[in-house]
Amino acid sequence: MTLPNAENLIETLKNKINDLIDDKTVLVGVQRGGELILQKILPSLKNNVATGSIDTSFYRDDFSSRGLKVKNKPSKIDTEINDKHIILIDDVFSTGRTVRAAMNEIFDYGRPAKITLAVLIDRNEQELPISPQIYIEKISLNKNQHLELKLDENKKFIFQLKESLV
Amino acid sequence: MFNPQLNSKGNLNHLLSIEGLSKEKIIQILDTAESFLKIGERDVKKVPILRGKTVCNVFFENSTRTRTTFEIAAKRLSADVINLNVATSSQSKGETILDTINNLIAMNADIFIVRHSSSGAAHFIASHVKPNIHIINAGDGNHSHPTQGLLDAFTIRKYKTHFNKLKVAIVGDILHSRVARSNIHALNILGVPEIRVIAPKTLLPYEIEKLGVHVFHDIDKGLNDVDVIMMLRIQNERMDGVMLPSQEEYFKTYGLNQTRLDLAKKDAIVMHPGPMNRGVEIDSAVADSEQSVILPQVTFGIAVRMAVMAILVGQHS
Repeated sequence: MTLPNAENLIETLKNKINDLIDDKTVLVGVQRGGELILQKILPSLKNNVATGSIDTSFYRDDFSSRGLKVKNKPSKIDTEINDKHIILIDDVFSTGRTVRAAMNEIFDYGRPAKITLAVLIDRNEQELPISPQIYIEKISLNKNQHLELKLDENKKFIFQLKESLV
Repeated sequence: MFNPQLNSKGNLNHLLSIEGLSKEKIIQILDTAESFLKIGERDVKKVPILRGKTVCNVFFENSTRTRTTFEIAAKRLSADVINLNVATSSQSKGETILDTINNLIAMNADIFIVRHSSSGAAHFIASHVKPNIHIINAGDGNHSHPTQGLLDAFTIRKYKTHFNKLKVAIVGDILHSRVARSNIHALNILGVPEIRVIAPKTLLPYEIEKLGVHVFHDIDKGLNDVDVIMMLRIQNERMDGVMLPSQEEYFKTYGLNQTRLDLAKKDAIVMHPGPMNRGVEIDSAVADSEQSVILPQVTFGIAVRMAVMAILVGQHS
């Protein structure tokens, strides 16, 4: 199958996010994909928007079956988030479990007024009553197929399709 | 070689000693601790990963700091914590260690933090419990204190970044120190090229050189050009007798004062596992100086203990 052009999706997502930014906005990237997108679009966003980064390892609901897999940087939200509008950015939305974990963690930092979820791709595999308010493309994949956002040798973002045995 | 710390898949099931841990495993614990350190800086200093688990502090020997930091660490992981000061309870009524532990397992505890005055106590317990139970050695006799070794390694990495160019001096009662043993093993595994032990002959174990350390009896020579100084506590009960003449004499010959600290590198750090005896092994001014990282060690200890507990429970599954 042809995978979508990641650079184009990121550009479209950037414009949609830019429209939402005001002085109450905090952009939070979910590691690693969402964080990569955030770092890429940040220089061309409206000035001085506050940012943060979330690693959901300690909040996942599959900890007891999957174990602890910390490969990312520690979560970091240095700005006050009470009564702010958080735009949570991720690359691919599938079941909603990562977003649930990310939201649980965000609430340990404070009580935002609103959280908007913005992703590049919605895989249509929702398992929880959580869905992205902003997505650029919907794609259906098999359960064993994983989409990964990566930088290629020309420093351009691409999607890579990986298949697991299960 | 059989390693009682690992399960059949090679994952860490108990933490009993630093020996037997790979460099990768230690680095994984330190990296995980780095993430947990950030949690201690938040308003809500808690994550849910050990929710529903029960952690039991079983201290057959007294300790306040280690027990408290384990308790805080477990609570920050949302576990329920039970503290048992066994030294003053069933043991004095004649119950064996295993009976004490089996009773606690019957109460559905998941992790046991064990301190005991006998070397090998934690190994003994670990070899008699079911695989879904995790044992953490919080100090056994003169043998091992692995979480102290890990938190000291974490502290060194925080201030010195790389292990492979460091000169580290461990000063004091090496003979009775499980902290010194754990540190020597950890630093060797992490690739520290020069580990020095500085102590009077009476406080050094026989053939300590076989652990790959350089022995100094003269502190001034031993501290020359080191990056890290790890001071050990002189236990008061060692003071009267054949091993040491007096506190004053010890401070004069082996105490860390500013003049001696100046022999080390300019940016050398001073560590101490606590509790300190000011004016015995360390001068008050040095303990409070900018080069002292003794209080950060305590903070880092919580993050390291959180990492160990999370990894044990997470990897078992």
